[in-house]
Order: sequence, then structure tokens, then C-alpha cells
Amino acid sequence: MRYIDEFRDGRLAKNIMANIAHEADVARNYNLMEFCGGHTHAISRYGLGDLLPPSVRMIHGPGCPVCVLPIGRIDMAIGLVIQHKVILCTYGDCLRVPASGGMSLLKAKAQGADVRMVYSVTDALSLAQRHPDQQVVFFAIGFETTTPPTAVAIRQARVLGLSNFSVICNHVLTPAAMHTILINEGGAKLNGFVGPAHVSTVIGSKPYEPFANDYGKPVVIAGFEPLDMMQAILMLLRQINQGRAEVENEFTRAVTHMGNLKAQALVEEVFELRDSFEWRGLGSIPHSALKLRPAYADLDAELKFSLQYHPVPDSKACECSAILRGEKRPQDCKIFGTVCTPGNPIGSCMVSSEGACAAHYTYGRFKDVAVMAA
Amino acid sequence: MAGPKLDFKHGCVDMSHGSGGRAMAQLINELFVTLLDNEFLVQGNDGTVLPEAKGRLVISTDSHVVSPLFFPGGDIGSLSVYGTVNDIAVMGAKPLYLAASFILEEGFPLADLRRIVESMAKASQNAGVMIVTGDTKVVEKGKGDGVFITTTGVGVVRDGVTLSGNLARPGDKILLSGSIGEHGMAIMSQREGLSFDAPIVSDSAPLQGLIAAMLDCGGKLRALRDPTRGGLVTTLNEIAKQSGVGMMLQEASIPVNKTVEAACEFLGLDPLYVANEGKLVAICAPEDAERMLSVMCNHALGEGAVIIGEVHEDRHCFVQMNTRMGGRRIVDWLTGEQLPRIC
Repeated sequence: MRYIDEFRDGRLAKNIMANIAHEADVARNYNLMEFCGGHTHAISRYGLGDLLPPSVRMIHGPGCPVCVLPIGRIDMAIGLVIQHKVILCTYGDCLRVPASGGMSLLKAKAQGADVRMVYSVTDALSLAQRHPDQQVVFFAIGFETTTPPTAVAIRQARVLGLSNFSVICNHVLTPAAMHTILINEGGAKLNGFVGPAHVSTVIGSKPYEPFANDYGKPVVIAGFEPLDMMQAILMLLRQINQGRAEVENEFTRAVTHMGNLKAQALVEEVFELRDSFEWRGLGSIPHSALKLRPAYADLDAELKFSLQYHPVPDSKACECSAILRGEKRPQDCKIFGTVCTPGNPIGSCMVSSEGACAAHYTYGRFKDVAVMAA
Repeated sequence: MAGPKLDFKHGCVDMSHGSGGRAMAQLINELFVTLLDNEFLVQGNDGTVLPEAKGRLVISTDSHVVSPLFFPGGDIGSLSVYGTVNDIAVMGAKPLYLAASFILEEGFPLADLRRIVESMAKASQNAGVMIVTGDTKVVEKGKGDGVFITTTGVGVVRDGVTLSGNLARPGDKILLSGSIGEHGMAIMSQREGLSFDAPIVSDSAPLQGLIAAMLDCGGKLRALRDPTRGGLVTTLNEIAKQSGVGMMLQEASIPVNKTVEAACEFLGLDPLYVANEGKLVAICAPEDAERMLSVMCNHALGEGAVIIGEVHEDRHCFVQMNTRMGGRRIVDWLTGEQLPRIC
């Protein structure tokens, strides 16, 4: 595969790792947060954590869409699909997110609710066209990457005059979450960020400048391939060692300074900021999520079906919140790998393969076998 | 029997084809008995009396619910024969007879059914087995997905051969007969409407010839398995658990066809978990591994055979992998399903 194999080259990996080892000062600690779940997945899947010097610690950030989705939002979707008998479409991982009362969308489906996994929002749209007599609701999740396609679908539904299609919008904003992490910086003192890959193709590198300029944290935007990740870590170490705090772009093959202006305009046309939105682990964050503009109110499922959001506290034993803030590691949670496993996730970090807990369980738990039942 | 013949051009399955009456008898005679023709099936009894067989018997059964029914490299008919034949062959047995049970959906085109049964006839000839008994049921429209086929097979294990998933021992080598993921991705690319310059073709094939050659060479084989649903990694996790051992794989040694890799990348799937229908995993004593490998490589279905790893002691039964990047990770059981119905 051209354009991919180059970024998974084992020999080049060795060179970069040697440079990282050379650059890392054994006398200091480098706490680096990879914001995106895609990066967390890459670190675990390629076993990169083992290759880093002990002074470099990667902290898994909250950039995993299903991980930050609060229980109340899933409850809302389950209530809708059961009470209003709609066809509810969403992306795969969302189906397994634990909701209140031991439910999940997958369990609702098994009980007869019409829940469908789609690869793309356009699949939901064509479903609405094929079933004019049924209401089709798309449960939209994701950061800035998946927002433009949702905007396109909403516009298209308007053009097609589809009265049986609507959207529950859970789209959230990366910079708002990064601000919150830095404002509340607690146990984990961060020395820098590996900036998002796909999100940045849409928003560009500019929105990260305040983190470098105001908070003094270096940011290096990186692609999702293992060599991207390693190169970004090297660039971060260099910035830190040289006392610089800048936004650097390792992912130049896809990310520009201003991002994808067309996609931004689409999002701007269809969506506006919510006053506040609850994030799992991070609490309510002002201006951190999107909702449909009044001009598209008829396509907003929350209004159309008068849906109410009721916040639900996380399970007491679950440490997802502290893990999402980077204050704890998955293996620090008492129920990790025992009660909470990918087959029976208690917290959302165990659901998606991009979640910190699921990634550590699936790829790295041989390192802490003590917590594991044989 | 009087009356018009079945219309295999435009006709459809209807409820009467499963009712036990004349229509069912006609379907059995004009389709199944005609195409699968053998001395046992033609007798038309409820069961079949088979000749005495020398040796220990192996029995295995497998239901096939693939969608789409026809795909590059095969169809549900050939799959239903090879699937069961392979399950018998990996026990070290020569597959001999199959029973086939059909659940047909009302309205299913007879032309498609005929194509499927023709394919089963050809596949059983390839695999050297006979379909000696069967059953047909029809369900109302909307209660099936065209056709479901369950096949049950019987075979005989040769003397002195004992293969089992619980016999892997530390030090044993893990051999793989060729590149992975072709069947699952052939199905997926059909389903998702993906087209490639070189289309992905299912590897669906009968493995009893390859396995016979391996058994003939006399090397110490512990376990054989065809990594179907759940792919290579699921099969290895099963064996590790059954044997109470760990495994260490070398990622760089696991062959994946470029197009399969690209299709997986595109759909967010991992080829390690994608189904195969004509591949073989062998656990072999270390001293015989090289010899076994060359026997596999000399067979058409094992040309791409490689040693992909080794068994070691581990009470946690982790299957681990050294990645191409030089890191190490677990290759775990799948949680939930990676793919919709594929076999």
C-alpha cells in the first residue's frame, strides 16, 4: 500500500527511536498527552510504548468520541428508539456504550428496537429515503472530523425535503476539551501535546496556537501511522529541551494552517455552539459542542421528539474520569481487567478500541498480569 | 411422476416444496438427486446405510448463512462442502460422506438454488466426498435469507494420528499455509460495493489433500485448524487456551495480500481477524517444523506457507506478537463481531 507502508517501516522506526533515546534527558520527565484515541490505538497496536525511554510517558487523552459521551446521551437515544419506534442509526462503537440500568443500544436492539450500525451518515439518509413511512434518526457522534459529513447530510435532507430524517447531535470540539484539561491540570503535569490528525485536517493547526502561546505547551500535530507518532514525540522532546513552545505540524501531507475552509463553512452554516455540554470525565464544558441552528430545527431530533437530557453519574468504582483527564492509568483502576473488560465494559474507556482502557487491555495487559485472572 | 418439470429458469421456491408432498419429492428428484447423483442418495430413504469404515470416525457439522450467496471465488454451495470437509480434515481424517440440510426461503429463485446445488456437486467431487442424505425445509418469505445450508460430515482418521487443540507444547512452531483474510474481504468488498484493480477472490478450498501430504511426511503434528470465522488470531487464541500455553508471533512473517491489506485499511478491519476458508494453521514439533514447511510449500494450497511464531509457557495463555515496529503487544480475542455474516 503506497503512502501507508512508508509510515510503518520498521527500519526507519529504529532510527527515530534511537534519536528519541538520544534526545531524552534521563534527568527529567516528559509527560506527553496524545489527545486522540487514534494515537492511543496506534501506540498500543504497534507496541510503541515499550520502545520509548523510561523518562517519556504517554498520557492518553480524551479524544475518543464514545469515551467522552455521557451516559445520559445514550439513555436519551435508547428512550427515543423504544418509545417512538424510530430507526436509530449510529457508528459501530456507539452500540456497546453502557447506559443506565445495564442497557446499551446493542441490548435495546436485541430486545427488538430498530438500531442499525452505519458506516456513514449517508447510509442513514438513504435508509430514510427507502422508508418514507418510518422516522430515521442519526445519532451523530465525533469530533470535528465527523461533523462536516453530518452537516452535508442535514443539508441534503433539506434539499430532498425528507420529513422523516433527523439528527441527535453530539458533535464535540477538540480545542474546548484541551482548554479544560489545561485549566484543571491536576495530577498530570503535561509537558506537551501530540495534536490530532484527522481533526486537524478540518480545523487546521491555527486553533492550537493558544496552547503554545498562552499555556506554554508545545503541540505537534501528527498523523496516525506509527512513524508519524514517533516523529512527533521526537519533535516534542526537542521543543521541550530547547525551551520552545510552538505549534509544529508533522502531518503536513494532510494538515494546513487554516484547515479545510469548505468543511468549516458547511459546519458553520448548519451548526451553532451549545452553551454547555457534558463530557464524560471532564464535566460540563461551556461552548464545547454543537447543535443544529434554528434554521434546521425541523431536522433536530432533540426538538422533534422533545427529548430531555438527564445527567447520570458514572459507576463509583469506575476511574474513567481520572483516566480521561490523564491523572490515572487504566491499570490503576480497581475494576480494570476484572469486572470491567471489553466484553463487559463498565466505563466508556473500555468500549472503543481507541479508549485508553480497551487499548491497554487488548494490547498491553501482559505487562501487568498481576491484575489479570489467568 | 406426471406433470410439468420444475421451471429452473423462472420458477421460485414455494411453501409446498417443504411440505412433504409431491412438490417436495419433485424438487428432491429433479434437483438434488439429479445433480448430487450417487448410489446412496438415489435410494431415497430417510437415512443412509454406509459401508463399514476402517478406523476411528470423525464427525463434524457446520451451518452456512453467508451473505451475499455468490461471491468471487465461491458461493454458499461450495462453502458448505469445503467448510465441513476442512473441519474433518484438520482432525487428521479423510472426509468421506456429507449430509446436507437446506432451509429455503419462500420465493427463492430455483435458478439460484440450482446454481448452488451444482456448485456443491462440483465441490464434493473436488473434495472426494459424497453427499449421501439431506433435508429440505421452506420458511415463509421474510423469515430466512434466501438459503441456509447445514452440512454434517463423516470421515476416518488414519491409524496413529491424534491431532487436538490441547496438544501444543512450549517450543512448538506455528505454521501458516498462506496469506490471510481473502475470504472475509472478498465477501466484504462485495457487500460494500468496493472494487479493486485485482478483485479479492475467496480462498475457499478443500484442505484434505494438503493435510494428507503433511501427515504422510511423518513429522510430529500436534494440532491443525482452519482459521475461518474470527481469523488467524482467534484460532491461535483457541489453541493457546486449550493447551494452556502462550504464543509469540512475528508480525513481519504473516503474509497478507496487498489488496486485502488495502481493503482492510479502508474498512477499518484487521486482517488478523478476517475469515479464511482455505488456509491451515499447524502446530508442529520444533525438530520437524522445517520439513513440514517444505511439504506444505510443495502443495498447491500451501505454496505461501511460513513459520509465523512459537509456542511458549504462559499460564495466562496470551498470544503475543512482535510488531514490525519492534514493539510487543497482545493479539487478543475479538470482542463482539468484527464482520457481519461471512460464512
